[in-house]
Amino acid sequence: MLTEHAKVMKALAAAGEIAGRKKLQKMIYIAKKLDFPFYEKFDFHFYGPYSEELTCRIEELCALGFLHEVKEKKSGYVQYRYTLTEAGEQFLRHYDWEMPGLAECMQAMNGQNARFLELVSTVLYFEHLSKDEVKEKIAVVKSKQRYTEDEIEEAYAYIEALRSRCNKGACV
Amino acid sequence: MYSGGQLDEEKVFKDPVHRYIHVRDKVIWDLIGTKEFQRLRRIKQLGTTYLTFHGAEHSRFNHSLGVYEIIRRIIDDVFVGRDHWDHSERLLCLCAALLHDLGHGPFSHSFEKVFRLDHEDFTQAIILGDTEVNAVLRAVDGNFPQKVAEVIAKTYPNKLVVSLISSQIDADRMDYLLRDAYYTGVSYGYFDMERILRVMRPREDQVVIKRSGMHAVEDYIMSRYQMYWQVYFHPVTRSAEVILTKILHRAKKLYEDGYTFATKPTHFLSFFAGHVTLGDYLALDEAIILFYFQQWQYERDPILSDLCRRFVHRRLFKYTEFHPTNEQMAKLIELTGLFKKAGIDPDYYLVVDSSSDLPYDFYRPGEEGERLPIYLLMPNGELRELSRESVLVDAISGKRRTDHKLYFPADFLEDLSTKRTVKKKIMEILKG
Repeated sequence: MLTEHAKVMKALAAAGEIAGRKKLQKMIYIAKKLDFPFYEKFDFHFYGPYSEELTCRIEELCALGFLHEVKEKKSGYVQYRYTLTEAGEQFLRHYDWEMPGLAECMQAMNGQNARFLELVSTVLYFEHLSKDEVKEKIAVVKSKQRYTEDEIEEAYAYIEALRSRCNKGACV
Repeated sequence: MYSGGQLDEEKVFKDPVHRYIHVRDKVIWDLIGTKEFQRLRRIKQLGTTYLTFHGAEHSRFNHSLGVYEIIRRIIDDVFVGRDHWDHSERLLCLCAALLHDLGHGPFSHSFEKVFRLDHEDFTQAIILGDTEVNAVLRAVDGNFPQKVAEVIAKTYPNKLVVSLISSQIDADRMDYLLRDAYYTGVSYGYFDMERILRVMRPREDQVVIKRSGMHAVEDYIMSRYQMYWQVYFHPVTRSAEVILTKILHRAKKLYEDGYTFATKPTHFLSFFAGHVTLGDYLALDEAIILFYFQQWQYERDPILSDLCRRFVHRRLFKYTEFHPTNEQMAKLIELTGLFKKAGIDPDYYLVVDSSSDLPYDFYRPGEEGERLPIYLLMPNGELRELSRESVLVDAISGKRRTDHKLYFPADFLEDLSTKRTVKKKIMEILKG
């Protein structure tokens, strides 16, 4: 019971601190696409894959006192930072299973910025298309972000590296 | 075949929410007549809610027509001739509005959870696959099915078009709030939609609302808030949903264990095996699911038969508030052990249900990079996020409310003819 909550908590515990809801959304989406068993439903939104279910789950975890949320004013917008509380760590002790490779994966992604993770998650969202079609798609649906060809290539390389190394329990 | 194709005379559907649904375009008329669209008549809009609000028997068919009608009014009465609006997108918008829920299955929320499916994948498959819907759309243009699919998937390049069908103040939400309020009989789902439509303005990336219409939007946000807590999150509906989910889990488990069903679950086999074809999916509707539930009341397996009886005869689980703090989690673990001792399988009869398990949401202004909020168009042309202007919306969206409930079969626990001591102990814990 509350297993899906516990999975999100495990991901956050591994990352340490996540700055930004967008970043958090993209990290869980990417982990899901790498076959980690997250079952939140994601749709494509203005800023890429987004899950309302995940947003609600995070709110519940904050309300329960398991996650600490700090609101920060940035230039022109608000950002939220998330960390596990002591009560959250205690909650996780009820779940003694592991998701092998998840910790390394989350730590690796947390080292990237939200813009890059938005690109990576968008590439993964369209991965059923050919690379050229994905590039075309990104140019259209992400026109404002102005991703370069090099960034898209970097995203592909990053996904490949994540896939091959996460499976071995050691991420890039 | 369809380019600009109009019917000889306008057709109308009588509708209790919008009074009339007007159809002038031949392609819309033909889409409504396809078997994939007609299937939506056999899928209820609100799933198990009819077990709480007996009027809630309306279907996805009604709702889809309603969303189409709202989009038609926005385009034909408000947007036509305005800046940022490309009228050549009209037919695309109408088709996407009509077909946006095409892939919903029977009791789709529970069904998707158990079988790890997504109705949006099936919407895409129906629009792009070998179907009557696809044939109608292809007659407009070879690329037209793809465009309709992209609008519904929210990946179409024209974001204004996408936002009409899917945003925080879209035709989908406006129709289901009004329609669900009407059919459930509750009074708090109403808002002045006509006024909202009049103050909608097209912008490059999304629909915005004229500042003078803010109070109508406040009313819409309040309705949304009220409907979530009073109808969509209703604990009795959730109890029925919990039982429905557990029936599907149990049937799948029995199938995997090689159990011989008295009524073989023919329609479910590909779902249990995890390789569902479009044909399998379209063959299911709520009448078929309920047929199996009726039959499975007489299965040898005591859990499956009991759960089905509960669903069919509305003998639902009772519930208690459950705030899963660490102290409560320890109690839950204790309860799980006690249920086993009492001979009641906790995997099926002790269930925590959370607000995040439900497919509805509130308005959230969000942070940079999340979903787009609702913007007001100020008299000076500036755009301002709704909750920055509205004290009322700020109050609702600033305060989060979550909800967890623990469901259990009170009748089993109250039957003290067996395992009296352990059942009494369970009831003590549940009563807190």
